[in-house]
Amino acid sequence: METLFAITVGMLTACSVFLILRGRSFPIVVGITMLSYAVNLFLFSTGRLVLEGAPIIGNEKPITDPLPQALVLTAIVIGFAMTAYAVILAVRARGEIGSDEVNDLDHSDAEGQR
Amino acid sequence: MWQQHLVIAPILIPLFAALLQLLPWGENPQRYRRLIGIVACILTISAAVTLLLQVHQYGMQVYAVGSWQAPFGIVLAVDRLATVMVLLSALLSLPILAYACYGEDNLGSHFHALFQFQLLGINGAFMTGDLFNLFVFFEVLLIASYALLMHGGGKLKLRACLHYVLLNLAGSALFLIALGVLYGTTGTLNMADMAGKIAALTGDEAALARAGGMLLLVVFGLKAALLPLYFWLPQAYTMTTGTVAALFAIMTKVGVYSILRVFTLIFGETAGAASLLGYQWLWWLGLATLLIGAIGVLGSRDMRMVISYLVVISVGTMLTTLSIANERAVSAVMYYLIHSTFVTAALFLLIDVMAMQRGKTASRIVSGRKLAQHSLVAVMFFAAAITIIGMPPLSGFVGKLHILEAARVGDQANWLWPVVLGSTLVIMVALARAGSKMFWHTLEGKAGDTRSANGQLVAVMVLLSAAVLLTVFAQPVTAFTDAIANDLYQPQRYIYQVLGGSTL
Repeated sequence: METLFAITVGMLTACSVFLILRGRSFPIVVGITMLSYAVNLFLFSTGRLVLEGAPIIGNEKPITDPLPQALVLTAIVIGFAMTAYAVILAVRARGEIGSDEVNDLDHSDAEGQR
Repeated sequence: MWQQHLVIAPILIPLFAALLQLLPWGENPQRYRRLIGIVACILTISAAVTLLLQVHQYGMQVYAVGSWQAPFGIVLAVDRLATVMVLLSALLSLPILAYACYGEDNLGSHFHALFQFQLLGINGAFMTGDLFNLFVFFEVLLIASYALLMHGGGKLKLRACLHYVLLNLAGSALFLIALGVLYGTTGTLNMADMAGKIAALTGDEAALARAGGMLLLVVFGLKAALLPLYFWLPQAYTMTTGTVAALFAIMTKVGVYSILRVFTLIFGETAGAASLLGYQWLWWLGLATLLIGAIGVLGSRDMRMVISYLVVISVGTMLTTLSIANERAVSAVMYYLIHSTFVTAALFLLIDVMAMQRGKTASRIVSGRKLAQHSLVAVMFFAAAITIIGMPPLSGFVGKLHILEAARVGDQANWLWPVVLGSTLVIMVALARAGSKMFWHTLEGKAGDTRSANGQLVAVMVLLSAAVLLTVFAQPVTAFTDAIANDLYQPQRYIYQVLGGSTL
């Protein structure tokens, strides 16, 4: 199980890095979303992978660490909000600048304006 | 009774102020929102001052949120360093907000609420004693900064903001990976607890913890704008409005603060296999940041860009000095941090005043028409320039003196002295060129007729007066920064306070 889990996280991360290194905003946003999935899975595993464990101390069964689950929940919420903002921004950039290239600005007309 | 809860006030005041400001206020909402914002800033300043006096007198304060004791719950651990940073952000926010109230806040909606949310995130990041909570507060200040950066709208801002957002999203993912690694190896997220546990790690676990620590350094380096990670800064700070750029003067300091906190407390000298992690990297990258910043200052044709690169230089100076890793160096860094925050903010606002009065030429370094308030603005520019350059008599000189003095013995001087002094010369050349072009080589003819509101000029003067006060009261300020450095190099006291002696 550990091997499968590690491979999954690794694949997700590798794909997301590939996507983030693209030059257009859409693949980058997709890549960042994928990276946040990989990160959430990784965080989940920091309490060690336990099958059929309850996150409560005191009963007979094997117990699992409840904290990573809380951390993942927080990370999901924050990541979701941030991704939504990035999508809006990318869409607006596409609309206003007319291209979703991240870096095609001619800087000569940028100076002195804001 | 209330004193015990004072610790959380710098977080609660901006939070409630922002929520109040979001309410629909009828016909003329901006008037009420401005009033709430100013009152909130004054309240935060008074809370921060009271906190500072309390901490100075009775020592560190630990506030267990919801009475969940460390290391199980989240604690706010407020020592001298944290209070000084909170006070700095509070003192910075009031003049900037006052400046913004003369019209800049009308450029987009919800400026005031975002401003307070930003302060909430900054203050929280300074006070928390929990690494995951630090992440959460980072996100709070980031999402407010994303929106503030876009304040006023426009293509150029959009582009800079997109870069900033995407970079920081990747940074947040790295932060979480680092936290996961550290939690996986030490089983705790409380900084004090982690500091104790990391020292006991050996073998593979220690190697993993070191990797986690280095990842944290990357994340904080991104926030602080260390060399390979600074590329977002000049664009973002140049494109945004003057007030937002001035407020962002404290943002890079959040990164510097985090490095200072985490790499003295958790990865300090007592951290066993992970001790003094990353200090070598900080030293060389800091020096390189200084050099790149100096080149950037020389190559910029726009005054805003010059100031942005001055921010990069100040970050390089601070991180290089910090990596000398002794009490004198940390004390020097703290003095320089306070000084550079105020002066950079003052410069951003001043450039905004100049750009407005110059009209079409804005902040480009070219000859333009005379300003309406020419001599006054010129004098203020001169004062700000000699402060940021580090010439006597103002605080920049004292700050650089402390830094050079901290590196005086040992090999460090051979590297730090030439680079710091060289960059000083470069800044002097660049600012002298810019100043003479913009103030002396003015075009013939009538002066411009756009005058700035007196309140705006007063706001800039208040920020500049910090440089004077820091010089006049250099001795007590230095005594205080010495105490901060002493605290940081006695991490066991911090650990004892936070954990209540339970594990010692």
